[in-house]
Amino acid sequence: MPKLQSAAELEEFRAQILASRDAAKPCIAVCAGAACDGLDSAAVAAAFQAAAVPLADKIEVKTTGCHGYCEKGPNVVVTPGEICYFEVSPADVPEIIAATLKGEVVERLVYHDPNTGAMAVHMSEVPFYKHQTRLLIGDNPKLDPMKIDDYLALGGYTALVKVLTTMTPQQVLDEVKKANLRGRGGGGFPAGLKWETTRNAPEKSKYVIVNGHEGESAAFMDRAMLTGNPHKVLEGLIIGAYAIGAQKGFMYTRHDMPLLEKHVRNALAQAAQYGLLGKNILGSGFDFEVELHFDVGIFVSGESSALMRSIEGNAPEPRPKYIRTSVSGIWDKPSNLNNVETWANVPQIINKGADWFTSIGTEKSKGTKLVSLSGHVVNSGIVEVPMGTPLRTLVFDIGGGVRDGKTLKAIHFGGAMGGSIPADLIDEPLDFDGMSKLGAPIGAGGLLLMDEDTDMVEVARYLMDFLTKESCGKCVPCREGMAQMLQILTRITAGQGQAGDIERLQDLIEVTGVASLCALGKTSGDPLKSMFRYFKPEYEARIASGSEAK
Amino acid sequence: MSADKVNAIIEKYRGQPSALIHALVEIQHVNHWLPREVMHQVADALQVPFGQVMQIASFYKTFSLTPKGRHEVHVCTGMTCHLRGAAKLQAKVEELTSLADGQTDAEAKFTFATGACLGSCSIAPELIVDGKHYGRMTPEKVEDILKNYE
Repeated sequence: MPKLQSAAELEEFRAQILASRDAAKPCIAVCAGAACDGLDSAAVAAAFQAAAVPLADKIEVKTTGCHGYCEKGPNVVVTPGEICYFEVSPADVPEIIAATLKGEVVERLVYHDPNTGAMAVHMSEVPFYKHQTRLLIGDNPKLDPMKIDDYLALGGYTALVKVLTTMTPQQVLDEVKKANLRGRGGGGFPAGLKWETTRNAPEKSKYVIVNGHEGESAAFMDRAMLTGNPHKVLEGLIIGAYAIGAQKGFMYTRHDMPLLEKHVRNALAQAAQYGLLGKNILGSGFDFEVELHFDVGIFVSGESSALMRSIEGNAPEPRPKYIRTSVSGIWDKPSNLNNVETWANVPQIINKGADWFTSIGTEKSKGTKLVSLSGHVVNSGIVEVPMGTPLRTLVFDIGGGVRDGKTLKAIHFGGAMGGSIPADLIDEPLDFDGMSKLGAPIGAGGLLLMDEDTDMVEVARYLMDFLTKESCGKCVPCREGMAQMLQILTRITAGQGQAGDIERLQDLIEVTGVASLCALGKTSGDPLKSMFRYFKPEYEARIASGSEAK
Repeated sequence: MSADKVNAIIEKYRGQPSALIHALVEIQHVNHWLPREVMHQVADALQVPFGQVMQIASFYKTFSLTPKGRHEVHVCTGMTCHLRGAAKLQAKVEELTSLADGQTDAEAKFTFATGACLGSCSIAPELIVDGKHYGRMTPEKVEDILKNYE
């Protein structure tokens, strides 16, 4: 593959790819997402590959990123028609191949409603999928993340072409600002404003960064996005670099997911080979390169200033941010950091425009949001819905409610620094500001259901235990304050609560929150705050009775 | 020890102080722990003070300063695994291996560690041995799985 020298060459190449493909040829897509992989989807994929060897002209087999419905893995989707097969084992392979060749469906492997037995064959009919708007994750079952040509066939890099051939950096920035794209990593800060700060910073060298650390427990949508469709994130990053005037980018992600590393490395190499990274991208005169970095197993390194220290090769300790990292970040140069999902939104905003983007969502939270649905939920997996979707839709229509026929006690958002709200707030909409006001900020998008048997004191103790181990230890109030809170919570769960414990905890939450540098310490008390707001009687009763945790 | 591989990694990053974390991660991956003499070699080759190498090596949880067992057994203690019974799983592994979190047995067969979160929450709780995931795990099934590792 020779380097593409211009936008016209790219379009010509895309036309060749499309001409060589037959949309009517059946394609079997086997999910290799984190959960399916854990259920040995690799064996299923191998069985399909082997069976398809003599049928190469009649059938295609793809190994893809996460489809979403992790609960029912290993997932297999057959196109055309997006026929969804669930819990597929290698033994099912011959039957699926035979049916696919005849244009038939293996009915025993499609979705059956647990109550009515009604069958749902196509993705658009399966309850888990049909209530979603899958703008970002929807391409995952359609492409092999190791093949840039698959991404190009789906219209990949058209946004980059549009930007490089028809837009000035200022116009790109204006479009993203107008779209009111808010950061998906937790803060919900407007990405356009952040970009502008870096763009306007006086230094000539500037950096852009993909934060794919995803250390938040029970959040797994970013890795699904980055593993399953790395080029979408990369395209967003290149567009951002063009708007900001950055010459170099960094992808910072997890070291403990072998497929993630493989796919991202491969995507970077392919993009460079095609001339979409490197010097004079598509003949535009714009130079941009990307380096891959890995977290090395500590939660705090997902914090922006700590992450940047880590990229420099230092220990990831956060620094005070009276000067923002968007002005002085990596090696003191202006560095714009956005989360994986934020970057993934950029190409569609450029392609379809800010007006289209702002037509989705609520007044202040635009677009869709990826949510990792887990805990005591029937249908665990990755969900994408428009902002403003009622939690009820997420929990019941998509999630199928609570496992084992139990009732819902609480919904927890935002991982260890998030919060829990009671079941009676289920009709609240998914919205950055609304959820923050309720005390359960969306965070990165990890949503956990907790059933009636969940011990809320134990949940708070567990979360505090997690954070205590993840603090970098730089700020004494964080390091020591959390240790004290953990001690008190452990005592309460062990049936040794004392009068005044709640007040002591409230005092510690306040001091730790005020006197710590980064969000880890500042918001370490947030889960407890939500507990005291909604579940205080449970704490009081536990302290009064001295009963042990269940 | 995979001395050749380790030396190759160190040579690749010679003279590049900012590649310290890269070098240590790669060495950890091939050698499973960071011997002191190797960290000295890294310090010399990359031209960083030994103290800084130690700071990084002791700070991040991924690095091990002691040798690991032939098999690494992990119980995920992430939030969903926790809600779905990771503590019972952990207790069972500890009982079967007589190892506490972070320990390696005298025969260097198993190293046991808890950790979070690998994002396979939909199949929680999870036992992971040498990178292989065993999802929807129950304490009863643990013994049969560990038997397969020698």
